Amino acid sequence: MQWDWNYAADIMPRLLDGLVVTVSATLVGYLIAVVLGLAIALLRRSDNRAVSGTVRWIMEFIRSTPLLVQLFFIFFVLPSFGVVLSAFTAGVIGLGLHYAAYTSEVYRAGIEAVPKGQWEAATALSLSPGRTWFGVVLPQAVPKVIPALGNYLIAMFKDSPMLFGITVVEMLGAAYQIGAETFRYLEPMTIVGVLFVVVSIPASILFRYLERRYGH
Amino acid sequence: MATETGPVAAPGKGGDGDASKIIRFEKVVKRFGDNVVLRELDFDVSPGERVALIGPSGSGKTTILRLLMTLEKLNGGVIWVSGDPLSHMRKGDQLVTADEKHLRQVRQTIGMVFQQFNLFPNMNVLRNVTEAPIHVKGVARDEAETKARDLLNLVDLGDKYDAHPSQLSGGQQQRVAIARALAMEPKILLLDEVTSALDPELVAGVLDVLREIANTTDITMLFVTHEMRFARDVSHRVLMFDQGQIVESGPPDQIFSNPQEQRTRDFLHAIIEER
Ligand SMILES: Nc1ncnc2c1ncn2[C@@H]1O[C@H](COP(=O)(O)OP(=O)(O)OP(=O)(O)O)[C@@H](O)[C@H]1O
Ligand SMILES: [Mg+2]
Repeated sequence: MQWDWNYAADIMPRLLDGLVVTVSATLVGYLIAVVLGLAIALLRRSDNRAVSGTVRWIMEFIRSTPLLVQLFFIFFVLPSFGVVLSAFTAGVIGLGLHYAAYTSEVYRAGIEAVPKGQWEAATALSLSPGRTWFGVVLPQAVPKVIPALGNYLIAMFKDSPMLFGITVVEMLGAAYQIGAETFRYLEPMTIVGVLFVVVSIPASILFRYLERRYGH
Repeated sequence: MATETGPVAAPGKGGDGDASKIIRFEKVVKRFGDNVVLRELDFDVSPGERVALIGPSGSGKTTILRLLMTLEKLNGGVIWVSGDPLSHMRKGDQLVTADEKHLRQVRQTIGMVFQQFNLFPNMNVLRNVTEAPIHVKGVARDEAETKARDLLNLVDLGDKYDAHPSQLSGGQQQRVAIARALAMEPKILLLDEVTSALDPELVAGVLDVLREIANTTDITMLFVTHEMRFARDVSHRVLMFDQGQIVESGPPDQIFSNPQEQRTRDFLHAIIEER
């Protein structure tokens, strides 16, 4: 089998459409993961045992089941409970939820690394819990975990082909469909691999820059 | 942490509302596990009084300050501040363990300076000092900053508003911490060995600032220190602690020149040897 440049050029627009889907699903999913992960990290420190315990158990459950199972559950099972989501929405929620279980651990480590004296100084100044979190603790904890959070963005990007399992035509899905129609897989699959690299590497360079800038 | 003290009958009508004492420890018990650190400790402090707490390591000095700052919960007894319960709140004629809301209200009259400074590294010097006035007391930013500049001038850091804590020496950081505590205009200032983390040449600058505050304000001060010269100059009264109990108490001249108790003499000797 020979590499065919003309064929590669022909299929490029469809693959780039797929790339757009991949990147948007990753970015939206990531946004959910970093926001929800922070909320979970805070809830897990709740004084209310019922709250912290429940959240902890849910996160344990999410980490112990494959992403694909969760995606199938959201897309194929939830409709029978009356929750009907588009494939893209289901995929983004699935990715976000799954990765929130991991980012929450990252935040947790960052929060625990803030010295006890910082909390005590906040108490001695009568700062409210909200101000202590958002004025003192998180501004110290979050910059330190940016690199670790960045690794999850890249991991998530590489997990995004799973969305094809619930009919989202992202980049790999597009390549698969092209292959199935033309019986030529070499070009589409190769291009997909290259595109993954082309996006991942600048992203990791960006995070290394952020690490230097904010990571102290 | 969450050690409950049951309701205690308030002594006298409506509790001990003796406002002539700004601080009153009444049979205060503090345990860490099996380790009983304070065993029914009683003492009181008058408004404007400056009290030095001295005594060997582990005698409970820090614990006393931390109880007052509500950083620790007590296991028995009551702490009163200006006649109001600090560790407890009134419920009818009973006192019950204070909840977080009560603590947040009562702790505002108390400020603390820590051995390790504990400045907020994510804020510059000015914001360290204005953070609490703005967000706790609701002071307007302009006003808070003007006041903060005055305080920073007082602690000789008039040119460091924009610096970050990491750019300052330990002595400078501690002086910012003093300004930060004063910005909340506390009635009581707690100082826990505020110079013991400093290089020797930086100690004098911090002590000078504290002397100045002592001379120019009527703020009540409780300080734990190993600087006996400073304790002698600044305090009205010295409390010598050992094993969570007051071994001896009196004016500094008496304690330092003519201590009555063997344990005080031993301790003062040990301190002098150390230097
Ligand atoms: N968080 C804690 N957990 C367990 N034990 C503690 C805790 N804090 C203090 N202690 C114990 O309480 C006792 C009194 O400690 P404290 O720190 O009040 O002493 P101190 O007089 O300030 O001593 P130093 O001069 O060394 O600072 C010690 O036996 C100490 O081990
Ligand atoms: Mg101590």
